[in-house]
Amino acid sequence: MIWNESKECMPREDIIALQGARLKKQVDRVYHNVEYYRKKMQEVGLEPGDIQSIEDVEKLPFTTNEDLAKAYPLGLLAVPRSEIVRIHATSGTTGKPKIGAYTRRDIDIWSEGVARCLAMSGVTRDDIVIVSYGYGLFTGGLGAHYGAEKIGAMVIPVSTGNTTKLINMLIDFGATAIACTPSYLLHIAETLEKENLMDKVKLKCCICGAEPWTEEMRTQIEKRLNIKAFDIYGLTEMMGPGVASDCEYHAGLHVWEDHFLPEIIDPATGKHVPEGESGELVMTTLTKEGLPLIRYRTRDLTSLKYEKCECGRTMARIQRFKGRTDDMLITKGVNVFPTQVEAALLTIDGTTPHYMMIVDRVDNQDTLEVQLEVEERFFSDEIRGLEELAGKVRGALKTAIGLNAKVKLVEPDTLEHSQGKSKHVIDKRKLYE
Amino acid sequence: MFVKQLSIFLENRAGRLDDALKILKDNGINIISLSLADTSDFGLLRLLVSDPEKAKQVLKERRFSAQLADILAIRIPHTPGSLSGVLGSVTAAGINIEYMYTLSVGGGDANLALKTSDQERTAEIFKEQGIHTYSQEEFS
Repeated sequence: MIWNESKECMPREDIIALQGARLKKQVDRVYHNVEYYRKKMQEVGLEPGDIQSIEDVEKLPFTTNEDLAKAYPLGLLAVPRSEIVRIHATSGTTGKPKIGAYTRRDIDIWSEGVARCLAMSGVTRDDIVIVSYGYGLFTGGLGAHYGAEKIGAMVIPVSTGNTTKLINMLIDFGATAIACTPSYLLHIAETLEKENLMDKVKLKCCICGAEPWTEEMRTQIEKRLNIKAFDIYGLTEMMGPGVASDCEYHAGLHVWEDHFLPEIIDPATGKHVPEGESGELVMTTLTKEGLPLIRYRTRDLTSLKYEKCECGRTMARIQRFKGRTDDMLITKGVNVFPTQVEAALLTIDGTTPHYMMIVDRVDNQDTLEVQLEVEERFFSDEIRGLEELAGKVRGALKTAIGLNAKVKLVEPDTLEHSQGKSKHVIDKRKLYE
Repeated sequence: MFVKQLSIFLENRAGRLDDALKILKDNGINIISLSLADTSDFGLLRLLVSDPEKAKQVLKERRFSAQLADILAIRIPHTPGSLSGVLGSVTAAGINIEYMYTLSVGGGDANLALKTSDQERTAEIFKEQGIHTYSQEEFS
């Protein structure tokens, strides 16, 4: 089902015209309302009048994570503070979380975006939707919730953390759709199988996101639960989930181009790559009022397809993600940078030890193991002392990244130490192949 | 009063124990006693050796985590209840035993290595009770 046909199926030339008009207006707004953007534009000799259509977008400077950190928390606000009705935040990369600040209209547009994605997955007002993304600062829970309510579905806000309760709700209310991370959904499937409850489940589809997943996981989810599985993409900096999602043809993630302008650049030169080629995804919010972002570098590597999809939608499709331009990894739905792990290890005794993060997916559950070399200063001739060290590291990691990591003590010189910037991550999940 | 114990951190990987022991052999270091404590992930090898300083040095050169610690090594009669009696007086003084293992030295008597929460006081207790406490020289 198509939620908003007049937008989702707009002819390409109309999309381009609409994007041009909205970009022009957005640039004008940020120039006059946000000192940070004004200065950045003035530094390269730009004035709002220089931006007339999307052809001109390449003239605009990029906005990077460093910009967001500098402007933290509300330095990029483009409306008076009193217009903001809600704040969301990422789990906090290298200390400074990324902020989403929403006006009432931003929340409406966000809900519209999610509603389009849910409708694309087949959700209607007759559906019963379990939202099992975390509710709170994380955009997943409330984002999916508002979208499902906008459609008029009955929402059960189960949130995360209690699989037994979720399964009770799933069965007792006869839920027909579920929104959660794909790895969690596989965990739910496993529990249902173990307890022989699968025939009591009435699910017909799932809307999964917040972490990269493989085609193999989709097949497993669809087969084991006998449902259709859909991928939803988003990022807090843009608004949250619902920036893009895939349709029944699974031919890429339709991005809501009337609200976001996607570009693909060569991360090294910053120049556009020829259409269809891979590069870094850059996005501009075209309608966001609270915290608009101009040419935000997502660090995600992918390509864009512009031709009309078999489903009838004309909105560009983000193709399979091929990796990241930085060393961020997503495990258990949480964004983790090696620098965060390093900072956590630094709290143990004030120096950076040699360590390696090993990310894997065992039985479709992400696992994170941190290996730490037992150098002389950590050494104890008592087992208890060594176990205390491992416990301390576990605690510091839990505080820093909010995840339970397995800590393994290893002998000195067993981890790879490269010259200069050493490689600290081994990702065995093969997500981008 | 104390003897130097050499501890070596070993990952639970095939051949690591052997690697460590070979290094000692190649450097002419004699192992007087050996004990291995292990968890699911790692092991801790505790040794009394003929030349602890040199042993630590050569192991470190080969990038093993090794450390020296002062422990008590004692000789007690090989009779029922003698160990219990000795430990009883230690625990009666409110001292905890961190770890303990038997030593493969001495003739007909029983020999033990131990580390306690208060080594000085433990040594005094042994002295008061006339228990022989080995010195490093006796092993070198």
